[in-house]
Amino acid sequence: MDIAEEVLKGNRLALSRAITAIENEYDEATEIMKKLYPRTGHAFVLGVTGPPGAGKSTLTDKLAREYRNQGKTVGIIAVDPTSPFTGGAILGDRIRMNGLTLDEGVFIRSMGTRGSLGGLSHKTADAVKAMDAFGKDVIFVETVGVGQSEVDIVKAADTTMVVLIPGMGDDIQAIKAGILEIGDVFCVNKADHDGADKLVREINMMLDLDDHGPVQQNSTQKALADQFHHMAVGGSAAAGNAPLGYWRPPVDKVIANQNIGVKELIADIEKHFAYIQANGILAERRTKRTKDEMLDILSSNIGKYITGKIVDNGRLDGYVEKIKARETDPYTVVGDIMKEMLR
Amino acid sequence: MSTEHEKIQAELAKYQASVEKAIARFPERDHLPEQRLYTPLDIKDTDYADEISFPGVYPYTRGVQPTMYRGRFWTMRMYAGFSTAEESNKRYRMLIENGATGLSCAFDLPTQIGYDSDDPISEGEVGKVGVAIDSLADMEVLFDKIDLGKVSTSMTINAPASVLLAMYIAVAEKQGVAADQLRGTIQNDILKEYAARGTYIFPPRPSMRLITNIFEFCSKNVPKWNTISISGYHIREAGSTAAQEIAFTIADGIAYCEAAIKAGLKIDDFAGRLSFFWNAHNNVLEEVAKFRASRRIWAKVMKERFHAEKDKSMKLRFHTQTAGSMLTAQQPNNNIVRVALQTAAAVMGGTQSLHTNSRDEALALPTQESVTIALRTQQIVAYESGLADVIDPLAGSYYVEAMTNKLEAEAWDYIHKIDEMGGAVAAIEKGYIQKEIQDSAYKWQMDVESGARVIVGVNKFQMENEEPPKDLLKVDEAVGKRQVAKLHDMKAKRDNAAVEAALKDLKAACQDENENLMPHILAAVKTYATLGEICGVMREVFGEYEAHVNL
Amino acid sequence: MEKKIRVLVAKPGLDGHDRGAKVVARALRDAGFEVIYTGLRQTPEQIAEAALQEDVNVVAMSILSGAHGHLFPKVVNLVREKGMDDVLIIGGGVIPDSDIPALKEAGIAEVFTPGTPTTDVVKFIKEHVKL
Repeated sequence: MDIAEEVLKGNRLALSRAITAIENEYDEATEIMKKLYPRTGHAFVLGVTGPPGAGKSTLTDKLAREYRNQGKTVGIIAVDPTSPFTGGAILGDRIRMNGLTLDEGVFIRSMGTRGSLGGLSHKTADAVKAMDAFGKDVIFVETVGVGQSEVDIVKAADTTMVVLIPGMGDDIQAIKAGILEIGDVFCVNKADHDGADKLVREINMMLDLDDHGPVQQNSTQKALADQFHHMAVGGSAAAGNAPLGYWRPPVDKVIANQNIGVKELIADIEKHFAYIQANGILAERRTKRTKDEMLDILSSNIGKYITGKIVDNGRLDGYVEKIKARETDPYTVVGDIMKEMLR
Repeated sequence: MSTEHEKIQAELAKYQASVEKAIARFPERDHLPEQRLYTPLDIKDTDYADEISFPGVYPYTRGVQPTMYRGRFWTMRMYAGFSTAEESNKRYRMLIENGATGLSCAFDLPTQIGYDSDDPISEGEVGKVGVAIDSLADMEVLFDKIDLGKVSTSMTINAPASVLLAMYIAVAEKQGVAADQLRGTIQNDILKEYAARGTYIFPPRPSMRLITNIFEFCSKNVPKWNTISISGYHIREAGSTAAQEIAFTIADGIAYCEAAIKAGLKIDDFAGRLSFFWNAHNNVLEEVAKFRASRRIWAKVMKERFHAEKDKSMKLRFHTQTAGSMLTAQQPNNNIVRVALQTAAAVMGGTQSLHTNSRDEALALPTQESVTIALRTQQIVAYESGLADVIDPLAGSYYVEAMTNKLEAEAWDYIHKIDEMGGAVAAIEKGYIQKEIQDSAYKWQMDVESGARVIVGVNKFQMENEEPPKDLLKVDEAVGKRQVAKLHDMKAKRDNAAVEAALKDLKAACQDENENLMPHILAAVKTYATLGEICGVMREVFGEYEAHVNL
Repeated sequence: MEKKIRVLVAKPGLDGHDRGAKVVARALRDAGFEVIYTGLRQTPEQIAEAALQEDVNVVAMSILSGAHGHLFPKVVNLVREKGMDDVLIIGGGVIPDSDIPALKEAGIAEVFTPGTPTTDVVKFIKEHVKL
């Protein structure tokens, strides 16, 4: 079958095969992406990240159900770490979403990090595009947010939600720098457990201390910011004195496995999306994303091209010997190769 | 150190030196326990009166009754049930005729998770691993011509235990037997379902409520009934170690007590009806030590943590089943020997009742012949082996006492860790207990595959071209259809208005947290409301548990 | 790029005995496979649809309740109906020898009974999987 054409027709097996092609970097993946690309750009992409055990999958499941109730179709990409020792992985997120499996409006795909995190963010972004072209309205990208590289994956998202739970001890200190930067919406899950209110206070405090820096604003943006500021802080009393024109991330309490607080959370997610849409931030993000993506593909292709040229004919080994003998150095060698190849 | 101990210490040093020479010539096998032999030095800190004591005396290390098997043997309770109520009733009557002194009902999976036989999810499962019970009508057939005033009945039922117990009470009532005369046990242990066995329905909170409702109802109305059988059996079957089996089970027991106390019950009002259920695994001496250690830990928990005052509250009474997971599909007759050794362990460990597995259970449900051999195994151990003639015969063995202490210490470590997590419910919700069990299971499997652990007939002493066993029990595939037909027939005959009213009343009761559900469930089963209908109402109000899997 | 073998480890039916399924899942991971575990009580429809969405190469099912004769063939049919002709489908559990020919006839490539080393399962998959 012509995978791309079938994806556009709504064939689920084709979508599944397309993602496999992207994941395994099959040659045909580029051709598939070329055909799918014109049909992308419609989906809302929601990044979901947080430490292990925060209940991200359960929450994703509940949010997805809520979107389905609204009549929207949903795609979910759930990324789990690959063992660096064996190359294997247990992809266990799906188990929390078993109830969605038979809903034809939902497509769930588990992916392993497979050791190359840089490559993964690129692959995840392409898998998102495949789901987008397939016609999904909302696409979740769920990752374990412990390292910077996983955080990169959610940069493919329009809105990023950080999920935390009480009782993590000092973990929050360790991750706070990273999460403060990427979170558009914060969610304290398992809010019926001890320490939930304390955690909410801590996050609010950190958000208030955090200097988001002034956003360059034109007059329309300023007006919009005024309008949305009010909405943005609706769920969060602590943000009452935030400067105008900034998105002050709300901190929502939920109990995902009891479906408590999920509707309110979705409302905040949508407020954020409306906000970035209205004041041009979304357009900016997407422009930047397109730029990054193009540069990424360019450098990856050039890299592959040049690497292929010097590895296949054994030139690499020669260089290595000379560098080891200190007859030359890696910088000079690369400079020479660049001159030669890119003339 | 006493002079006696110093003398032993000196002799031990000499012995160790001589051993070094012997080992040079005859190297020891791999993967043995660290210590080669045990001496009085290993138990020199164990105070006899405080820690070992006497049978029937705190901390009950040597047994919960003063005379143990010198008066009466343990209850030989064979777990059985398959297909329809009619078929199972036949087998129960056969077992009673053959000298079994207690019944043990196995229910099929739809029954265990609260679905009727005609539910689409039940397809292919009806009557497979136990008997299918849809309503009181099936229960009446199951115990037909069995005097419930005389027999003690154990029911392996957990999530819907309240419903099956209500049906049992209703059948007894029809036989003219009052509820306060009924003896038996419901397993009713939901925490190990989440952690190891998998037949859960509702989330922890409403499940704990159902359990405490049963405690309260039975303390007033069915006082001789064991309201829960806190089970390590399945935890061990799922792959735990002996110490984990004790620890996770006792942690579950603590959680039930806390829930009951929180619900307003007094510890001495219900603790005497708590019973336990252990696995009898392959390592005979470790198992004996496990049973002894578990009694000691529970006694301390009840006395020191819950301040129980009645002796009965502190006594850990337990049922034992031989380890199903240790049966091999290869050379199945070898299983008879395994079961005999496991039986010996259970008896030397002082069990109150025992189920022995049949040789063919790694292949299918047991045939009547295999079940008879399994029962005879118990009878041979009881009457011929001498193991039951003296109380706690292994007490004072340096090794067994040291092992008892070691297992106790390991179990306490786990119990304290679980306390820190906020108790067994929290530890299960975090997936901690499941993960510990899985890690042990994986290690066991890898040890078997590497040959470090020998399983006769599986990874050593295999037979080429082994004849596949014949005459395995096959559950008639038509059972499902017959059961569904019976169910529809019953539904057509019953008073549906009464059913509807009873279910409506039950729903209202579910929504009121202060209401004890047992009387409402009892009223509903008497209208012949089905198990699926009753559990359906509860599902609606309580929701369903979502498993925590952490591989 | 090396193609990863993706395996769906599934428990059809109602039994909760997942010791074997979990041990196998871990062994497959340690053999370098990507393993998607479905958890308990999955219907044949759910298993087949998960296999499709995950584009797995192998569906490995475990069942101890005796319902294999009913459920295994149903999964095979549903997976094939979805157009996944290449997917290797294997099963394990308490399954009498006499039931095995019918299961193979129905499209179960191999049946692993108690006592099977996990290395045998890994080997079988590596030898028979179509990537």
